[in-house]
Amino acid sequence: MRFRYTPLQIAVHLGAWFPLALLAFDFFTGSLSANPIQDLERRTGSAALTLLVLMLACTPLNALFGWQEALKRRRALGLYAFMYASIHLLVFAGLDYGLSWALILDAVVEKRFVLIGTAAFLLFIPLAVTSFRFWMVRMGKNWKRLHRLVYVIAPLAVVHFAWARKGDIFRLQGDIMRPLVYGLIVLLLLGLRLPPLRRAAVSFRTRVLLLVPGRDPTP
Amino acid sequence: MNKKIHIPPSEITPRHVYLSRRDFLKAMGIAGAGAALLAACGVPEGGGAQSPAGTAAPGDAGIGRQTDELGDGVNTYEDITNYNNYYEFTTDKQGVASLARDFKTSPWTVEVGGLVDNPKTYDVDDLLRKFPQEERIYRLRCVEAWSMVIPWMGFPLASLLKEAGPTSDAKYVRFETLNDPAQMPGLKNRLYPWPYQEGLRLDEAMNDLTLLATGLYGELMPPQNGAPLRLVVPWKYGFKSIKAIVKIELVAGQPSTMWSTIAPNEYGFYANVNPDVPHPRWSQATERRIGELKRRPTLLFNGYAEQVAHLYDGMDLSKNF
Repeated sequence: MRFRYTPLQIAVHLGAWFPLALLAFDFFTGSLSANPIQDLERRTGSAALTLLVLMLACTPLNALFGWQEALKRRRALGLYAFMYASIHLLVFAGLDYGLSWALILDAVVEKRFVLIGTAAFLLFIPLAVTSFRFWMVRMGKNWKRLHRLVYVIAPLAVVHFAWARKGDIFRLQGDIMRPLVYGLIVLLLLGLRLPPLRRAAVSFRTRVLLLVPGRDPTP
Repeated sequence: MNKKIHIPPSEITPRHVYLSRRDFLKAMGIAGAGAALLAACGVPEGGGAQSPAGTAAPGDAGIGRQTDELGDGVNTYEDITNYNNYYEFTTDKQGVASLARDFKTSPWTVEVGGLVDNPKTYDVDDLLRKFPQEERIYRLRCVEAWSMVIPWMGFPLASLLKEAGPTSDAKYVRFETLNDPAQMPGLKNRLYPWPYQEGLRLDEAMNDLTLLATGLYGELMPPQNGAPLRLVVPWKYGFKSIKAIVKIELVAGQPSTMWSTIAPNEYGFYANVNPDVPHPRWSQATERRIGELKRRPTLLFNGYAEQVAHLYDGMDLSKNF
């Protein structure tokens, strides 16, 4: 019998579980910081955002480099991102705020970064729920329309991240390097979906590949 | 030490039982039976230099024995020295201890100048000899909504300022941290307006609570906690308590501070702990005491209202945040 999984598939699944495995390892070896709840929040949030960005990269990777298999990994990446976002939210509400609804409501209303993060998560729910073939078939054209929500969710998640750090991303001061990098990557990945930019990128790629002798520029 | 697993039990186990369990774990060889016995008997450890991270530490077994005036136990040496906001080294709180391990704190001089009658550059060793060192157990409330109880060693800033003799024009005190990128890798990050600087109004600086700290747990200050000399202003958010001070300057106008330069709408000059003045990112109504699972309510002026509230009579604290 042939091995059923492709290397990319294995990488996606192993890579996606890695942050959680590392968290569990650090938890049980006592390597988390003195403020373990904050560690859990930060690391699950980071993992969610990273997976979200990787998911957004799939379509441009196919458009530019003809890497069709990337398209097949979108759903898994998206669902893993949702898994980490859910753990992130559960840790926030359950552990950090001890399910004290009054405090949580205050936090959501008062703190803009919590509000934005909550909004991103709420928008993410219908995407996760409808990510299966059953809904894809059943919703037809609307499925694609609905799933374009990710173009809103990803920037919201980046802003949520940026505002959770000490500093001011709009003044380029403080602890904003990582949110800034994520933001630029998201901007690039969304930009490459705009037809003029995509065409420019494809023609640039074709010209670069033509310079390489013996390469077929068409994907 | 497996500090993660002990947190939930501490919430449900009576404190003395839980403490003896901790001592038991230590005696089982995690920290060395001898050290645990010494600590348990209350014998001060004379050994001095301990490696900063993760080894047996003075008073580590003594959580709960020493308390602040509200009855809350001091945090462990391990937690205090391995969870540090010290961006001159790194933004990773757990990473500061190892990066700061070889930080050179001797020789070290502090320049006291500006609007004073007796400007002088002090060697920090002279400060330690000149001013009696006392222990102060203070709550430290970080603007990120976590807190610790820390047994500092040090002397009142007022003693030093009195010796310097502020002139009648002096209204504020400005502090500056060492700016040495060779030793402090975080200083290479251009996203911050280094050097770190902080300030107090003169009456705040003269308040008896305001401490120039030189140590903790009865020992010299570890580098990651701001050695050799740091400020501790317990009724203000932690970022006011500037570390590794090289300059103390009396000035006429309100000095710039690093965080209010970066984000003026979020970090004010006063930065008094105040549960009723929300910060845009962190709820300031509650906080997590390190080592506890549940949040606890934040106290006005971090519980020091009796000593400092009068400093702000007639001021709108939500405007002067």
